[in-house]
Amino acid sequence: MKSCEYQQIDPRALSVSPLSAQSHPQTKAQRPRRKWEVFPGKNRFFCNGRIILSRQSGVLPLTLGLIVITCGLFFAFDCPFLVEHLTVFIPVIGGALFVFVILSLFRTSFTDPGILPRATPDEAADIERQIDSSGSSSYRPPPRTKEILINQQVVKLKYCFTCKMFRPPRTSHCSLCDNCVERFDHHCPWVGNCVGKRNYRFFYSFIISLSFLTSFIFGCVITHLTLRCHAGKSLIQAIQESPLVICFFSVWSILGLSGFHTYLVASNLTTNEDIKGSWSSKRGAEDSGNPYTYNGIIKNCCATLCGPMPPSLIDRRGFVPPDEAAAAACTSEIELPPFTAKNDTNMCTQSTKDVLERMLHSSDFHGVCPAGPPKTSPLGLEASDSLGAARAPSMCSRRADSPCTTCARSRKDSLHSINPAFRLASPSPSLPRVNLALSDTQEKGFIPLP
Amino acid sequence: MRPLETVCGCVFFIQRDYSEGTTCKFQTKFPSELETRIERSLFEDTVKTLNNYYAEAEKIGGQSYLEGCLACATAYLIFLCMETRYEKVLKKIAKYIQEQNEKIYAPRGLLITDPIERGMRVIEISIYEDRGSSGSSSSSSSVSGSTTR
Repeated sequence: MKSCEYQQIDPRALSVSPLSAQSHPQTKAQRPRRKWEVFPGKNRFFCNGRIILSRQSGVLPLTLGLIVITCGLFFAFDCPFLVEHLTVFIPVIGGALFVFVILSLFRTSFTDPGILPRATPDEAADIERQIDSSGSSSYRPPPRTKEILINQQVVKLKYCFTCKMFRPPRTSHCSLCDNCVERFDHHCPWVGNCVGKRNYRFFYSFIISLSFLTSFIFGCVITHLTLRCHAGKSLIQAIQESPLVICFFSVWSILGLSGFHTYLVASNLTTNEDIKGSWSSKRGAEDSGNPYTYNGIIKNCCATLCGPMPPSLIDRRGFVPPDEAAAAACTSEIELPPFTAKNDTNMCTQSTKDVLERMLHSSDFHGVCPAGPPKTSPLGLEASDSLGAARAPSMCSRRADSPCTTCARSRKDSLHSINPAFRLASPSPSLPRVNLALSDTQEKGFIPLP
Repeated sequence: MRPLETVCGCVFFIQRDYSEGTTCKFQTKFPSELETRIERSLFEDTVKTLNNYYAEAEKIGGQSYLEGCLACATAYLIFLCMETRYEKVLKKIAKYIQEQNEKIYAPRGLLITDPIERGMRVIEISIYEDRGSSGSSSSSSSVSGSTTR
């Protein structure tokens, strides 16, 4: 029973094991589950994992609706007049642009933006070990950053408490999707998905083609109204029927956005970096130019837009190995007794302080926890009794309906990452074996910030 | 790869080398614990070959431009029916890793996991010793060996 309760605390610490499998191991001999069904991020999947969308799909239906209505009005009211008075190619061009816009939009929305899968328990434990052995003697854990050199320039990598890994360069954690995304640009509510490494070119095609489409429609509508004026027909009625108003307001914002992203593509920057001013020359005394640029507009454009298409790393349609979940269930029963013997009072006191520090750090870090009382309270976690602490987090809903879930989950992850007592809750069968490793294999500069 | 089968219990991770940017490249630093198990040159050869494969996959040149322009011209529908160059190279990499495991690493009790299964973040090397079905009992004995009571 105890093992079942421990496993229910944080099934997300296990990258593949579903909650239902842990609480009912005897029913595991059912149909094999695909990895998208147990994906820990806030995403929605369709067509058996082929299509991925953010759970907060934002205003994607509105985007689609606006595009379809605008084009519909254009084809219905402007095209007949213009075909008669100008050329038949107008609806042809309009139609081709419309199809391209819709396809690009779907491609942007339904493609994995470059989500990084969360670290396996072994990996997380290895990183923990490296950080712990970097010489921090006080109980307060240092801020988790790591400095590396990229093209002779110092770049700081941050540790992601949710995904339990140091984020690769240019990767950022999207709080809306709860995933680390490579080359994170921004989370776009209009397309209902993050824009990252894998779908940036689709996003760029979408906004460029949308600029052409809206400019084209705007031009055609103005032409139509002008011709009507000259012909002396009713102008007011024509204005009412044409998509002039929608076009007028959207064309400037879309043109502006296209211009902005063209600048980003030409300088090999992301929106995230541009907003934060990561590579602005005004910051700091040392030369902090963009280390990723190819120092040429054409080359930057080609690299960003025509570069090779990287694969999806999350393997949505793969099957969850059934033995891993069962193995995790079995191992936790076997390994509990040795671990409980290890928990002397010193470790509990230290770990409790670590927990409190980490919770404060996590709250600031994520900043999504509302004023409402989260179900995991610090007092509940102070108990060195793992069972008591195990109960408190398990009360929190696993679904992302409550906004405090992200915060609570980050706290849970913090617990499990730094407290050996709480590591029981996320059974890592290889944890003791990782500790057997003799020395650090890589020397990286762990520079704790003051 | 199942953690329970790593009886000795050591899992090593070769991290990414970002010195040249975000292109996929792994560090060739040899973990000292593996010195007794495998020759340094063999290990370095494996990692360098993998790095070369990844460099080939991510090369920005004529073929990738052609692929990108063709994809754009077909409104990216071509990705639904065509395998990208990256995917082709990934298959080559999977085959190479399997071959290396069979010929070099498994005889020495080691196992390399394809980086794509770890999100291209690490090359995972596990020390694997075939002792039949004694997985769970051995793991608990290794735990008791490591704890100081």
